[in-house]
Amino acid sequence: MKARVLVRLKEGILDVQGGTVKRALAGLGFAEVRDVRVGKVVEVDVEGDSAEAASARIREMCAKLLANPVTEDFTVEILPPR
Amino acid sequence: MKFGVVVFPGTWSDCDFHYVISEVLHQPVKYLWHRESDLSDFDCVILPGGFSYGDYLRAGAIAGRSPVVGALPEFIARGGHVLGSCNGFQILCEAGLLPGALMRNECLQYRCQSTFLRVENAESSFTRAMRPGQVLKMPISHGEGKFFADHATLQGLRERKQIVFRYCAEDGRATKESNPNGSLDNIAGIVNEAGTVLGLMPHPERAAESAMGGTDGLLVFHSLLGSLVEDGTFLKR
Repeated sequence: MKARVLVRLKEGILDVQGGTVKRALAGLGFAEVRDVRVGKVVEVDVEGDSAEAASARIREMCAKLLANPVTEDFTVEILPPR
Repeated sequence: MKFGVVVFPGTWSDCDFHYVISEVLHQPVKYLWHRESDLSDFDCVILPGGFSYGDYLRAGAIAGRSPVVGALPEFIARGGHVLGSCNGFQILCEAGLLPGALMRNECLQYRCQSTFLRVENAESSFTRAMRPGQVLKMPISHGEGKFFADHATLQGLRERKQIVFRYCAEDGRATKESNPNGSLDNIAGIVNEAGTVLGLMPHPERAAESAMGGTDGLLVFHSLLGSLVEDGTFLKR
């Protein structure tokens, strides 16, 4: 079963990378960009067929390693089987 | 006092620490591979700078879950000392052994330069040979050294005097210009509540002989070794 974890900086925490990307976009003529925030995607493939159980385990992985609770939030999305 | 210098894949300051402890301070020291978990032979464990595990995921994230770091809570509980510099500070925060987190430098640049540090707390095991307010010179070399903590955590750090070093100007003022990475409250180094675990972004091991451009880093070691330091000079052992 595949899951997609989105890890991003908590709201209110200054994202200096996002700010730089925003300025670069403005330099390319995308003046309408109000804000950019950069996060990361972690794709996890786990054994088992219960989406609920997989989701719980992956949340545990996020709390223990994939995200830093001081600075980051995460969401877990179980992907539909192909 | 017996030192253990931890080596992760990607550590780069291990040899520098080993050299300073053995050749400058003449103290017993051994390298500790990251898979070790028996720390019974050591009094002080050093987590050196570098890019442990390539800093994959986040700086210090993987190292913070390694066997040797997993053995640290028990080591600390029985009175052991831990010094994490640069990547070592990131690892200590990632492992939850110190509060807060180290984030990308606000300037987005990797900063390799000399900095001035003001001693905020001269009572910890790592700073007892310093004077409160003393200005030290030590180099930094990092891309992710901006200390961050939420408001309540910062208040706690202040109240319990856990902030030991702040970036400052040469005259000791903690100004915005003297803050090389946008660190919260100019924080360069903190200790745990007991004062037995130090995390700092600067490199004391790179300021340990006059040929390196300064010896202020030795004060950290001499504090640990219980030596007296007065006016920038130290008693040779």
